[in-house]
Amino acid sequence: MSTEEVRLFIGPQHPGVTGNMSIEVLLKGDTITWAKTHIGYLHRAFEKLMERRIFIKSFPLVCRICVPESDTNEENLARGLEELADIEIPERAKWIRTLVLELSRLQMFIMWYGGIAGSMGLSTPVQWGIGDRDYILDLFEELTGGRVYHIYILPGGVRKDLPEGFEERVLKTMDLIERRLPEYDELIMDNAVEQKRLKGLAPIPKEWVEEMGITGPVARACGFPYDVRKNSPYEAYDKLDFDVITEDGCDVWSMLLVRRREIDLSIKLIREIVSKMPKGEFLTRLPNVLYWEIPKGETYVKSEATRGEFGYYIFTDGSGKPRRVHVKGPSFIHGITLLERLLVGQNIADVAPILVALQICPPEMER
Amino acid sequence: MGLKEVLKPLGAWRQIARKPHTILVPKVHREAAERYRGFHVNDLGKCIGCGTCAAVCPNEAIDMVKIEGIEGKKGDSGFRPRIDYGRCCWCGLCVDSCPTTSLRMTNEYIWIREAPDDFVYIPGYDIKGFEQKEKGYRKDKEHSFTDYHRVPMREKEPEERLQTFAEVVLGYTEEEARKEADRCIGCGLCISGCPDRMHIPDYIRAVASGEYERSVNIMYENNPFAELCGKVCTRRCESYCSLGNEGDPVAIRWLKRFATERFSDLKEVIRARKQELKDKSVGIIGAGPGGLTAAYYLALRGYKVTVYEAMPEAGGMTMAGIPKYRFPLPSLKKQVEFILSQGVELKTNYFVDPEKFRNLMEIHDAIYLGVGLLKPWKLGVPGEDHPNVIYAIDYLRKVNFNESVKIGNEVVVIGGGDVAIDAARVSRRFGAKVTIGYRRRKVDMPADREEIEGAEEEGVEIWEKIIPLRVEDAPEGRVKLVYGKARMVDQGPGRRPKPVLIEGEEYEILVDRIIVAIGQQADLTFLPQEFAEKMEVERGRIKVNERQMTSISGIFAGGDVANRVADAISAIADGLRAVKGIELYFQGKS
Repeated sequence: MSTEEVRLFIGPQHPGVTGNMSIEVLLKGDTITWAKTHIGYLHRAFEKLMERRIFIKSFPLVCRICVPESDTNEENLARGLEELADIEIPERAKWIRTLVLELSRLQMFIMWYGGIAGSMGLSTPVQWGIGDRDYILDLFEELTGGRVYHIYILPGGVRKDLPEGFEERVLKTMDLIERRLPEYDELIMDNAVEQKRLKGLAPIPKEWVEEMGITGPVARACGFPYDVRKNSPYEAYDKLDFDVITEDGCDVWSMLLVRRREIDLSIKLIREIVSKMPKGEFLTRLPNVLYWEIPKGETYVKSEATRGEFGYYIFTDGSGKPRRVHVKGPSFIHGITLLERLLVGQNIADVAPILVALQICPPEMER
Repeated sequence: MGLKEVLKPLGAWRQIARKPHTILVPKVHREAAERYRGFHVNDLGKCIGCGTCAAVCPNEAIDMVKIEGIEGKKGDSGFRPRIDYGRCCWCGLCVDSCPTTSLRMTNEYIWIREAPDDFVYIPGYDIKGFEQKEKGYRKDKEHSFTDYHRVPMREKEPEERLQTFAEVVLGYTEEEARKEADRCIGCGLCISGCPDRMHIPDYIRAVASGEYERSVNIMYENNPFAELCGKVCTRRCESYCSLGNEGDPVAIRWLKRFATERFSDLKEVIRARKQELKDKSVGIIGAGPGGLTAAYYLALRGYKVTVYEAMPEAGGMTMAGIPKYRFPLPSLKKQVEFILSQGVELKTNYFVDPEKFRNLMEIHDAIYLGVGLLKPWKLGVPGEDHPNVIYAIDYLRKVNFNESVKIGNEVVVIGGGDVAIDAARVSRRFGAKVTIGYRRRKVDMPADREEIEGAEEEGVEIWEKIIPLRVEDAPEGRVKLVYGKARMVDQGPGRRPKPVLIEGEEYEILVDRIIVAIGQQADLTFLPQEFAEKMEVERGRIKVNERQMTSISGIFAGGDVANRVADAISAIADGLRAVKGIELYFQGKS
């Protein structure tokens, strides 16, 4: 190692706003010449713990795999188990799940929108993002009884029906957020500093997308129209009208644009879901959950999280506990494979915006 | 990019004039949502300590602990959940699985204390100030983990039943049985209600998972009459089922019936290990369920067992008393044959008199008396010795042994127990018009609810608050029952009201037969003088200790002759206890 190089550890205390992980970099002046992601600060052995739990007990656990967007985990696990146990869920349950997933995506995007500004030292939108997200958490609290960990989507459907007048309150909150968004745009998108720093930052070579298996807004910012909601629809997504959002810049600015447009799309989808919400039953009776045994089988279920394709591989052996559950979080690829290569040649000051742009959620790398 | 991009962000300053999102805690209290999952509360009076909350808790945050002032009793473990809020993750699975709905959550979320111990407490017992909160997460019974609805048992239509003595109940299909068995949450509170302490949750779980052979083997660990109990048990276990508090209890009896009926040859199913032969012999008087249970387990333990039965067939009251539409003969034969196949010797038509009893005492090392109650109680009213007044116990025996009985076209049955209902339903099958006269109200009848309903469906009329006054002869070979009406005098909580005759009113009913079914008493005349003197008898029943030994060393007793419950399962329990007692007696330990 040359003496001109400086070894620097970024993290493990929240670098940017993404969670506990650490990036070890070598610097030549301001420029990164080598990078390595270190994980393990959050490891709670989710996958292993699931193997020794009856199925129902895994639900309060998996929502912790990605704290700000917990519902994707619940939904994936529930859908996977339903598939293996051959349980058909009511139509209304599918729509309620879709509503929850979309609300969850929206609050995550709003928080992220503030976060990307925060990663460059503009802290006002961070406060806004947290504050406005809380109006959606209020909805979650009313619907599920929990603000962050909802534990609402269980096999068979959802735990409770929509409360009286909930749809109107959802629409009111959507109006409120829509009113606020131009103010965010003024501060972030129309900001000379942001534009100068983010446009053209960290361009991803297009061939990396397929090579590494990059998904979600990062892939869509590279022009790949891949969205699980469209490509392999789940729950009620096949009944919703929307197009996959793509940008062609491959840089952080394009990722910002994709996510900004995703916010609009989520609001549109939530309004559509509310207008199409069918009546009826919301939960199929499960076998006795204390003794629930699922026949031998394996499945892979996936959904579109804000970060990309989120998947659960579940293997059951006929007993009351899963033989193996493997969680595929998009951050694993984005945070290790992609990040380590993407950082090379970048300025040290841009590490935080790049991390946030890839929207890395460390707990999903360490299941 | 130009001046616009420099100036536009300054628009954020307009925020300064706006009301903030935030509120000042604790000055302002923000009430959480209606179904918020906050601190728990528990209705201690409703909670039965079943432990389901502790079983489903993903974080092992719930312990079941003993607390002062709550004693365990049948159907209540006496334990209550204690929650460690250092572990609780507020998922509410405990609330969703609480069978009594006693455990729920409030929408309180602030609890600030210095001592860590203040975060481990028993909701409902340790008063925290939010017990009265109405809002909070609670269970919706129809959308929870508990299935409160029993799979209905299919039965023959009433008209069809009356044509035959074939079984009324059709039994569960495999799918129905597994569904019903799967409702069981495995708390085990039912065991406290079973006199025989059968391993109920275990064999039900085995049914649910389709392991029927294992299920029957579990039953045979302490009950060799599992099929009998599956058909006619008084099933007190079901009244202590935790699901019964808010819904239908698990159909424990029907599930036992389902599992046992699947196997026609028990020898191929039951894997009972026989111990080596011992040189002690036991004589058992009475081949009823109690006597044969003792015989079975004694034989397995290697003792030589001989059973003496006065009737031509083994089975006792289950042979002679229970009508065949409830308990068919082939089922009894199958169970008795299996018991005999373990090396039990059976002597039928062997009526024990004092002389024979002395002889049995000589040849056996211990004696078990399972003689039952054979002498019917009389009404004690004038004219009762009229030939048209018959006693249910004799009547049912004759019917079951295919002896001829004439009951005519109209019958009144006096009594409110299972025997009265049996006599009434049997009479309906002979085409008679049947009325049951009971001295209390229908709700006070000790008979099984389903039996009462079945009788009514078959056209039996039940008259409440009837007190027979006298029996009079009537022309054309008929008989007249003169009766008065009773009024109910409350006897305080938990006790049945006392019927008191309303003086000065008399009614009468003209029938062909009066069937008396007001209970039976023991007939101990077979005991020789010297034994009868020493044998302690308490209110008509032989007094026994906790090992079923009578006041005479070496003589054990059980079943109806010794216990007051007088049903098959308590007789079986007595038989099983006596086995232990007899073994200890042989070892010189009692």
